Amino acid sequence: MASLSTKPIIDLAGVTKTFGSFQALKGINATIHESEFFSLLGPSGCGKTTLLRMIAGFETPTDGTIVIAGEDMAGVPANRRPTNMVFQSYAIFPHLCVAENVGYGLKTRKTPKAEIAREVEQALQMVDLGGLGSRAAHELSGGQRQRVALARALVMKPKVVLLDEPLSALDKQLRDQMQVELRQLQQRLGITFILVTHDQEEALTMSDRIAVMFDGRIAQLASPEELYRRPVDRRVASFIGVMNFLDARATGRMNGHLALDIPALGSIELSSAQVPEGLDLRNLETIGIRPEMLTILFEGSEQTEHVARGEVTGTAYYGDMTYYSVRLPGHAEDVTISMRNTAGRSIVPPGSEVPVGWGADSIVLFQ
Amino acid sequence: MKSALKGLSAKWLALYAVAYMVFLYAPVILLPMFAFNDATIISFPLTGFTTQWFDVLWQTESLHGAVRNSLVVGLSSAVLSTILGACAARAAARYRFPAKRGIMSFIMLPLVLPEIIVAVALLVLLMQLGMPLSLATVVLGHVLICTPFSIVILNSAFQGLDQSLEEASYDLGESRWGTFRRVVLPLVMPGVVSSLLITFTISLDEFIIAFFLTGTEVTLPVYIWSQLRFPGKLPSVMALGTILLALSVLLLILAEWFRRRAARKQGIEASATGGFA
Ligand SMILES: Nc1ncnc2c1ncn2[C@@H]1O[C@H](COP(=O)(O)OP(=O)(O)OP(=O)(O)O)[C@@H](O)[C@H]1O
Ligand SMILES: [Mg+2]
Repeated sequence: MASLSTKPIIDLAGVTKTFGSFQALKGINATIHESEFFSLLGPSGCGKTTLLRMIAGFETPTDGTIVIAGEDMAGVPANRRPTNMVFQSYAIFPHLCVAENVGYGLKTRKTPKAEIAREVEQALQMVDLGGLGSRAAHELSGGQRQRVALARALVMKPKVVLLDEPLSALDKQLRDQMQVELRQLQQRLGITFILVTHDQEEALTMSDRIAVMFDGRIAQLASPEELYRRPVDRRVASFIGVMNFLDARATGRMNGHLALDIPALGSIELSSAQVPEGLDLRNLETIGIRPEMLTILFEGSEQTEHVARGEVTGTAYYGDMTYYSVRLPGHAEDVTISMRNTAGRSIVPPGSEVPVGWGADSIVLFQ
Repeated sequence: MKSALKGLSAKWLALYAVAYMVFLYAPVILLPMFAFNDATIISFPLTGFTTQWFDVLWQTESLHGAVRNSLVVGLSSAVLSTILGACAARAAARYRFPAKRGIMSFIMLPLVLPEIIVAVALLVLLMQLGMPLSLATVVLGHVLICTPFSIVILNSAFQGLDQSLEEASYDLGESRWGTFRRVVLPLVMPGVVSSLLITFTISLDEFIIAFFLTGTEVTLPVYIWSQLRFPGKLPSVMALGTILLALSVLLLILAEWFRRRAARKQGIEASATGGFA
């Protein structure tokens, strides 16, 4: 991923959209790179679709500019933009067969018939639908419709493919499979994909970078790893995976270290590399720690930097993992601890007193 | 006790249904019966089978003129009201505008307005404007009463049209006109045909407005009415009525078939779009 180009393909500057008196987007700034798999992630109603539709040209921004491939898109209609969309409903033309659907856009370009046929077949093979060109639209399964919609966009050789929750209508197994295929296809073709989703797992597994949106704003734009490890605020932290929040107080700062008092875990010192820039220590009230960064120490377990004591209040068994609810002294809410199940280790029953191990480098500070 | 009552009421209901059907369809059945009856007087018992009344029709010149007029009026009214209906249905399905419901129900009003009122009102208006009465004024009147029907039929066609299909077409580089031609039109086509057939049928059968608004040239229903004064021509009028009846039923069946096909094409249950015919 380090080899990824950082040449911008889409530039969003102060993009705002108002519907009547409702502000759906409140100033979006972002740069999307060439050959990047970029995801817009956020809860329902945060404005993801609206933003995608503005890039496609179906909505006009109330304010701000959208630049695609160096050209300002103001006044450029959808049919003259170098983008193609995969609709949430797939929007397969019901009166046309698969090949006519995929070749629809080429026909508008007055491409010769033989060439259309060749490119359509090529595109269909790309999405594993080779030889199905003569199928009628209504004879397709959900997964096949999705592939036709994708082939129809890809055959246009767009600079950017826009996908609005393309997998949400598929069942879990097919969705997992399509996630992998979609990602591989994107990497092979090197076309920029912009994916809208409200599924954090989908965004994490597929994307190069993710923009997490809340209420019409981008809360954080970062790589999946960065998002998971260093969420900028509590909202992002709880939207991406599970996060334990603990009360904390900064007690001092000296020679590059930050002294923290976490009543539930104890007092520690953090290296300044862990402290986000611009953090106002006086406002520091909460820290976060992921469930897998806390461990219940068994006999013979590896030693951890710090150890606290807690009481198991509940367990949930997931086959490969067990999730424990653990009460820590001086903390009202139980924390969640995830433990990998290994051979010969039994599940700790509720009511047991257990040592809880953790490391200072897994503490997350929020702005 | 309760079930006995229920059985009784069911029986009455059945009886009522049969009586209603007889009342509704007996005259319709009488029409072809006398059209093929070998007697100049319309009365039972039937005397024998003949097709001579149909031959008479074939030789009546003035009738041919009336048929031509009816076809011209019917086709013009069908095309005009379907175009107007398509615009209205499209607007209703796609755009939001102030007082939409009010405007729509206002357009639909001729559906329930007594035709005689529409006819008299139009006549007065045309007189005031100094427009001479002709087949064109009949077309005007027919468009007025046919358009609501057209809207009802086309509404289901346009409502069922997924907007993302049009967006997908723009997105793939097609123009607005191209999108209309390649996506919208094929998908609403069965509805359009259905609307053409039904409005044509309505115009073909319509009497009051045609009677009030026509000049010297008459349409078929007006012609039939004028022939009723001559008892000798009654059997041939019956024959003509039979042809009209068969034609109307055929057109309506065709129209419904097209409407259902439209619904199926768009993948919706035909019944969900509200059957019309
Ligand atoms: N045409 C419109 N007119 C009025 N309000 C709109 C319009 N389109 C979207 N909105 C509003 O803008 C907000 C953002 O909508 P949008 O569809 O972008 O959300 P989303 O993030 O895609 O949500 P979801 O995950 O549910 O699809 C919503 O509150 C929605 O009600
Ligand atoms: Mg959406």
